[in-house]
Amino acid sequence: MKTSSVGAWVAVCIGVFYLLMPLMGTVEFSLRMLRGTYSFEAYKILGTGEFQQSFLFSMIIALLTIIVSVLIVVPTVYFVQLRLPKLRPIVEFITLLPLVIPAIVLVFGYLRLYNSSSWLPLTGTAEATNVLLLFAYVALALPYMYRAIDSGMRTVDVRTLTEAAESLGAGLGTILFTVILPNVRSAVLSGAFLTFAIVIGEFTIASLLDRPVFGTYLQNVGAGKPYNASALSVVAFAITWASMGLMQVFGRDRRPKVAH
Amino acid sequence: MAYLELKSIVKSFGSTKVVQQFDLAVDQGEFVSFLGPSGCGKTTVLRMIAGFEQPSAGSITVEGQEISHLPPAKRNIGMVFQAYALFPNLTVGQNVGFGLKLAGVPKAERDARVAEMLEIIKLPQLADRYPYQLSGGQQQRVALARALAVRPKILLLDEPLSALDAKIRVSLREEIRALQRQLGITTIFVTHDQEEALSISDRIVVMHEGKAAQIGAPFEIYNSPKTKFVASFVGTLNILEATVMDWGQMRLSIDGRDVTTSHGFTAKAGEKVSVALRPEAATLGWTNDGRNHMAGTVEEVAFLGSVVRVRVRFEHQTISLDTFNDPANPPPLRGATVAVAFKPEDLIILEGGTTEANHEPGTAVDAPVAVTELA
Ligand SMILES: Nc1ncnc2c1ncn2[C@@H]1O[C@H](COP(=O)(O)OP(=O)(O)OP(=O)(O)O)[C@@H](O)[C@H]1O
Ligand SMILES: [Mg+2]
Repeated sequence: MKTSSVGAWVAVCIGVFYLLMPLMGTVEFSLRMLRGTYSFEAYKILGTGEFQQSFLFSMIIALLTIIVSVLIVVPTVYFVQLRLPKLRPIVEFITLLPLVIPAIVLVFGYLRLYNSSSWLPLTGTAEATNVLLLFAYVALALPYMYRAIDSGMRTVDVRTLTEAAESLGAGLGTILFTVILPNVRSAVLSGAFLTFAIVIGEFTIASLLDRPVFGTYLQNVGAGKPYNASALSVVAFAITWASMGLMQVFGRDRRPKVAH
Repeated sequence: MAYLELKSIVKSFGSTKVVQQFDLAVDQGEFVSFLGPSGCGKTTVLRMIAGFEQPSAGSITVEGQEISHLPPAKRNIGMVFQAYALFPNLTVGQNVGFGLKLAGVPKAERDARVAEMLEIIKLPQLADRYPYQLSGGQQQRVALARALAVRPKILLLDEPLSALDAKIRVSLREEIRALQRQLGITTIFVTHDQEEALSISDRIVVMHEGKAAQIGAPFEIYNSPKTKFVASFVGTLNILEATVMDWGQMRLSIDGRDVTTSHGFTAKAGEKVSVALRPEAATLGWTNDGRNHMAGTVEEVAFLGSVVRVRVRFEHQTISLDTFNDPANPPPLRGATVAVAFKPEDLIILEGGTTEANHEPGTAVDAPVAVTELA
């Protein structure tokens, strides 16, 4: 074996080790709740209503976040590409802002703007706060969604397809939903995976807005029951990956891929 | 009144005028081709008819109704693109039915119409395929069926055959023409291939720098080109420079050889004019039926099968001529001295070649274009 490929293997092993070690450690720790033996005792917490409710809540928020951000990003990318290509650098910069501005700053801004004595008291009721949380997550997802959909749309001849549809009598809505969206489906999906993962794991914003998401629940559990918290982490990890796998299976383009 | 009328169309992008004072009247059921080099504005005119671009000035009417203000979706004008532009996520059948569905045609009727269209383009078995499973020629036929399914008033095709290989290009252009006749649909076909335009059009619009250089039937365009540009772009004409000897007797001199033409012109003695001669109008050898004769040296002989193409050099200029292959009569050898004979009426005087004409010299229409094509 050449030394260069030995080096490559070493690098890969270190990388895998680095990523898997904490996960394996968490699994191992979660099994040690009963002294002196490995057991699934810590996993009994999965049967509690609090866990199920918080996880379900996070899943719903994640799905809504995906839907809202797709509805915002797809038309934006479409118009920037078709009519306002000069705006692209500006739009790209705006979509990057959530990566630059820490979530804590974002949420304090929200609390100042939308507190119960403001002109738009979104934090006044639980429902309105949920909406605020949703929009905060849409903002967090923006860099990933935008990038994925933008690169997806560049592979499609948006202009000609639009013109073909227009000459057949299609209006804007028809073009966006029956011509453009289906053809950037895999790009939308990859954006959706990332969004899903971000929302399931988010803690800062939800905690400061006091919403019962999985992240805040996990934090509460972790404060007093470390074994259960590890078990929850492992399960959350597994469910997140399983959900993304399901999205992959159901959302995938089922047509066989054939080269031209 | 013409079915489709374009009046004084002007289109500028910023400060560049891409289309200038373009006038055209197309009759119902007519097949008109736009022919011209790259960048002359063919696509731009087509896109203004379709509604994808707004004219800077001028009017476009269909059946007497002004359409310039209508969005493309409201014009009912079908369009076929060079890149096919089929919807990748829809099957062939769904692509063809797309416009019908938007028009609210009930499903049963729609299916019948889709089947009928697929029958017409001879691809009835491919309704459930996706575009990427089809060849280029098949995709373009589907695109044609998709555009025609909604029974548009006008069909526009922008170089629909350029992406296909030569054989399919010829068969598909004939199919398009047959289909156009069968449906009687008013059609505008953009191409930069002169043979394509000559073979399938009722009329050709030769475009040059955003203007219609000449509009006429293929026979007219080919045999009586009006300008040097049309002559050099359409067909494989020889374009020669001649000096006027005697205006009254229509005598000219080409490389010091005296010739006459039966076409009148306005240039005076001593002035230079451009003249054109079709390769098939000239023959080799002396005759005594009043033809012009020019002695020259054979520079190149190309045996093309049924036709032998010979290039003869005089002094500075050359001409190419086509003779039919004759087993009893072998072609001349290179270097041989021959006489080129042609009738006075075949020597065409080109408008753009006279000194009065406002044609700037040294534009892209220099004579060697046609001559090198022949070589
Ligand atoms: N949107 C645009 N903005 C600026 N200039 C344009 C635009 N569209 C076309 N042009 C210019 O207008 C001229 C004519 O373009 P057009 O596409 O009509 O040419 P064409 O005859 O179709 O050429 P081709 O055979 O290459 O397709 C070109 O010089 C082109 O650069
Ligand atoms: Mg063009």
